[in-house]
Amino acid sequence: MTVEIRSAPHIKDDNGVVKIMRNVVWSLLPICGFYVWQYGLSALASLVVVTASCLAAEEFFLRLGRQSGDLGDWSATITGLLLALTLPAGFPLWMGAVAGFVAIGLGKAIFGGIGHNLFNPALVGRGFVQAAFPTAIATYTPSFLPARFSEFIPSSLALPFMTPADTATWVAGLNIDGVSGATPLARWKFEGVIASNWDLLTSISGHLAVGPSPLLILLCGAYLALRGYLDWRIPAAVLGSAALLAAALYPLNPEHYPEPGFVLFSGGLMLGAVYMATDMVTSPVTPLGMWLYGVLIGALTVVIRYSGGLPEGVMYAILIGNAATPMIERITQPKAFGTAPTKETRA
Amino acid sequence: MKLFTFLRGEAFARGIHPPQHKDTAEMPITRVPFAPRLIVPLSQNVGRPAKAVVKVGQEVVRGQPLAEADGFVSVPHHAPVSGVVEAIRLNPTSSGPWTESVIIKSHAGSTQAVEWEEPQDLSALDAAGVIAAVQRTGIVGLGGGIFPTHAKLRVPKEFPVDTLVVNGCECEPYLTSDHRIMLERASDIMKGVALSRRLLGNPRAIIGVEDNKLDAIEALRAALPESGEVTVEAVPTKYPQGAGEMLIKTLLNREVPPDARSYSVGAYVQNVATLAYMGALAPRGRGFIERVITVAGTAVERPGNYLVPMGTPLRFLLDYVGAPQEAIEVIYGGPMMGQAVACLDAPITKGVSGILVFRARDLTAPPTRKSFPCIKCGKCIESCPMGLNPSTLGMLAAKRQYEPMADTYRLGACFECGTCSYVCPANIPLVQQFRVAKQVLRGSEKAA
Repeated sequence: MTVEIRSAPHIKDDNGVVKIMRNVVWSLLPICGFYVWQYGLSALASLVVVTASCLAAEEFFLRLGRQSGDLGDWSATITGLLLALTLPAGFPLWMGAVAGFVAIGLGKAIFGGIGHNLFNPALVGRGFVQAAFPTAIATYTPSFLPARFSEFIPSSLALPFMTPADTATWVAGLNIDGVSGATPLARWKFEGVIASNWDLLTSISGHLAVGPSPLLILLCGAYLALRGYLDWRIPAAVLGSAALLAAALYPLNPEHYPEPGFVLFSGGLMLGAVYMATDMVTSPVTPLGMWLYGVLIGALTVVIRYSGGLPEGVMYAILIGNAATPMIERITQPKAFGTAPTKETRA
Repeated sequence: MKLFTFLRGEAFARGIHPPQHKDTAEMPITRVPFAPRLIVPLSQNVGRPAKAVVKVGQEVVRGQPLAEADGFVSVPHHAPVSGVVEAIRLNPTSSGPWTESVIIKSHAGSTQAVEWEEPQDLSALDAAGVIAAVQRTGIVGLGGGIFPTHAKLRVPKEFPVDTLVVNGCECEPYLTSDHRIMLERASDIMKGVALSRRLLGNPRAIIGVEDNKLDAIEALRAALPESGEVTVEAVPTKYPQGAGEMLIKTLLNREVPPDARSYSVGAYVQNVATLAYMGALAPRGRGFIERVITVAGTAVERPGNYLVPMGTPLRFLLDYVGAPQEAIEVIYGGPMMGQAVACLDAPITKGVSGILVFRARDLTAPPTRKSFPCIKCGKCIESCPMGLNPSTLGMLAAKRQYEPMADTYRLGACFECGTCSYVCPANIPLVQQFRVAKQVLRGSEKAA
């Protein structure tokens, strides 16, 4: 008989980093499926190319050495899928590949791999291409175009460093009434047109130039939260603070400021609140810190949208939240047991 | 019911719910036969080791003192079996180091009856007399604390105790020995409660039992004295409810400050098994020579609650209950805080409340799995019963920055319940690192 010696505890729950990441990937699949249904071939190609680029970058930097993690931990897959979902469906594929590589390289590998990064890698990638390719990233197309499964959006197949095909002309050539390539946020910001909350929430009626349905994102996020793979406090704080701030501002100028529902359901807020702000590595570790961080992101999103030059502000709000995380953690350390006098409530 | 207690916020904050595996709860206490040789280490407790009072070759009867206490924080040890003192020599212990032990060769067919006792009327004695009587039984904290019970009973005068908290939680998975004692020996517990109350100035007593042992609660309530000063309360089943500070928080909503003892908030905690043995042994003037031990785990063929003579070699007990001849891990205590045994020649000693045997491949503790860098999920912070930040503590430990761990992040408050390591999805051996950090800090304090 040989005995083995280990230091207590001798048992462990069956949770694990790989299990968490795998469940996040699973929960993203319905969202990606819906996105492909909305935008067809181009969306599918974008998801595949961006994710493949992330995985290739991960493999490359792992081989360089001194990195934690491996491809099997699914974290690069999550980065790729999320990054693709934040880009326009017709975003040139080669630019998507660049975004994926930058996301992993500058967003994660440079810090030492999984667990060490300060900023959400997907948003680092998106931030890079937003600066590098400002026109392409602002070029959206309407969803549910009839030809989406038979042909690519022309800009998708643009060659590197060539001017992409004119998507607006292509959309106009399709001869569909009431269709616009502008996003609901851009139409609100620049044209003063506000889409209906229900259309935004479900994203299945009309030809809105939007991402996956916020309703679907909420459902998938709820699954993750119930299984304990996502902290519900962060989306609650982000969405709650954005809605409250919007509700407070709306009566001041109903002409200019939209209703809270529009703020919640438009743009990338839902995806950001549920899937990006909740990235465990780049969000605070303390429960109170999660609330503060979420409120900061929600409020910043509204402020940037209302007073910034661009219609959308979720990305910057989350990146600023990431940057504030170490400071938030420092001021929200848990209170140790027995360090404050307590009142006796039971005799 | 559980939702109700949750809403009232009566339990301590945070904590975890590991699978309980309390399959032996239905199994009545049964005796284990005497091993051919029993090994009684002279040091089985916190404090000074005992001094042997027998010689090699001397005949001893079951219950006779083998060694006497050396000072106040020390306890005597008694012969668990009638036989001959074969040797007094060094013998391995469960934790590794060899210690001076009395080896007794059992007489064939030795009776289970206790043949040596000094009955006395405790009600005629003053407090010091009763404490001395408790000391003569050789009892130590049976929950695993192994602090001499009589010494703990001497509470400094400036701290009035208003509540005797009796700990019947048994929150560790697998262990059911306290559960069986509450079912089968409730009257002994009441005797121990009465004796302790007398020494503490007659405070009220509350017996806290986790609500997964409703039959034990019933058995205790049936045995309560009529005065009404002793009550039984069901507390939520949650690990580590059985830690003294947590039970005080749950029952009295008082928090024991770090570095303070529980009597500083007017509470005195004692384990049910300790009180049961104290109540049974002290009036009869008997020694503590056997105890109820849960033997369980995936590799045990006949798990159960066994009355094991002190000094029984672990190897003998494992053969008796049936353990496989392959790589195993043997744990003294529960799976969360218990200690892996380094040597099967080690004897069972007073502090062993359970023996768990697992095939090494069945265990899923952190060292068997790949560990990741901290992904800052915050699960450890949400679970730590002491309200610490194991995530940051772990990162500091990895960088060997031990001083800030103690100064800024209150490492000293950690009582090593293992909750952080249990929940960590990145498999970081958190509590294990904290143990190392404490050891290093203690070492540097001594050096300074």
